[in-house]
Amino acid sequence: MDAHLLGDARRWRYYALAPAVAVYLLLTALPLANLVAMSLHDIRWQGGSADWQFSGIRHFAELGGDQLIRAGIANTVVFAIGAVTCEMLIGFFLALFTSRVVTGRVAYRTIFLLPILIPGIVIGAIWKLMYNPDFGVINQLLSLAGLPGRDWLGEKNLALASVIVVDIWHWTPFVFLLLLAALESLPQDVFEATRVDGATAWQELRYVTLPMMWPAIAVTLLFRLIVSFKVFDEVYLLTGGGPGTATEVVSFTIYRRFFTEDRMGYGSAISLVTLFVLALLIVLALYGSRRFSKET
Amino acid sequence: MERIRASSLGIHSVLALCALVVIFPVAWIGVAAFKTQIDLLTGKVLFQPTWANFDELLFSRSSDYLANFLNSLGVATASTIAVAIFSTLAAYSLHRLRWPKWVPATVLLWSAVFHMLPPITMVGPWYLMFRSVGMDNTYSCLILTNLALNLPVGVWLMSVFVREIPIELEEAARVDGCTTPQMLLRIVFPLVMPGLAAVSILVFVFSWNEFAVALNLTAKQTATVPVAIAKFAQEYEIKHGVMAAGAVLSAIPAIAVLLLAQRHIVKGLTAGAVK
Repeated sequence: MDAHLLGDARRWRYYALAPAVAVYLLLTALPLANLVAMSLHDIRWQGGSADWQFSGIRHFAELGGDQLIRAGIANTVVFAIGAVTCEMLIGFFLALFTSRVVTGRVAYRTIFLLPILIPGIVIGAIWKLMYNPDFGVINQLLSLAGLPGRDWLGEKNLALASVIVVDIWHWTPFVFLLLLAALESLPQDVFEATRVDGATAWQELRYVTLPMMWPAIAVTLLFRLIVSFKVFDEVYLLTGGGPGTATEVVSFTIYRRFFTEDRMGYGSAISLVTLFVLALLIVLALYGSRRFSKET
Repeated sequence: MERIRASSLGIHSVLALCALVVIFPVAWIGVAAFKTQIDLLTGKVLFQPTWANFDELLFSRSSDYLANFLNSLGVATASTIAVAIFSTLAAYSLHRLRWPKWVPATVLLWSAVFHMLPPITMVGPWYLMFRSVGMDNTYSCLILTNLALNLPVGVWLMSVFVREIPIELEEAARVDGCTTPQMLLRIVFPLVMPGLAAVSILVFVFSWNEFAVALNLTAKQTATVPVAIAKFAQEYEIKHGVMAAGAVLSAIPAIAVLLLAQRHIVKGLTAGAVK
């Protein structure tokens, strides 16, 4: 390799990486630095420009006593655990079943992709209509069976569960897809050997499939839990956090404080704490999943 | 043999039931889009289908849906092209142009972390930044934010595909006197094309669907389709049929992609996770 080409490659190393790094610096790193500054100020719009008043750590001190945030955290944790547990269970067994059938696998996979690709806001719109207490199809079906209808999104003790059902509908297919890909990449001869040895389906699952699938299951679970904190579109449309604070989730609290109430400094403080906790969890999860895949 | 056939029948019925659960809500809203408000409210099963909802959605004075649709199309296309080019270049540089190890490690870690954070946490500072330079409510700020939201997943996935390019091919090209730009155009881009297609399709759909940022960084003129649908749902007297029609039209890209490029999407969605 001659010197000219080496030099050419060395320059292009920078040219090729520059656009991506510029985007990261300008649109993620700089806003993050901004977020820190914003959380330490009270910000008002004066005409076209922002007026910054230093407020110290007052916003952070306020966080602990904010009832809405407490409700947001509690609901988000219930939401994340409830939704992701169901998604993992259903997704895993669906993947297991699909991996056993030969015909129709592509058709099933195509259908199960549908919820991943439809806009979140449309999913919200669909389910808002279906949950409607007056003409929604769910109450119609119930009345066909002679059961009384409910106000699925309007009753305090039902609303969060109703939102969780929508999330399960939305994200189970994604879990299914990842676990199916993991199942398909397992060595097939192990399964053949198990069957030749006369193992029952349960034994095969308990002693062969599950042990081999553990890394994929753990990684999918961890990341689904973290990503479930993103939920916003569906809550915005279905309940707007209500009734009361029944479906208030953290991302919605941020939106409410920052944009609806126009408290930019305080909203930034909530954002920053959320980002910090989640980033910590993500790094731990990434580190854990790397160690996990090295061991197995 | 008998037992196997019986169990496969059982499996198929479970899968078919799940497929029904997935399809039913989408089909139901598809049907609702062709109902009059009265048919919808009374829950008629047999009804006279009508185009009235679509007519009102697309052609009435009070609806901006057609403009919203074009906004979404433009924004999603522009940000997808940018993500496709930037992420391929970055992935190639990171994995094939001999950076010290910490460089690709840092960029990939940043990509992974940022990809998983809730976008709503970044909307605040974006709003302040763009408004301070007078760029709020412009197409550019929407394109830029969608670029920022989707570049991480692009870099991550393109890394997987770039690493699959046989290194011997590059070495041979170098020996033949190929410069880096020629290498990119003649070897890298053609070889990663299937992967790049998968990534582009996904990024297009994600940009098309994006709501939290568009809600806060757009005005009437620049609003995208998801923002329009949210508006429908919040009016004092909701026109359910029109909202359903809007939802159906907004799902067209998703459904088109699903029917035409199902295999590609699966590849894109699972590439980062399995390897």
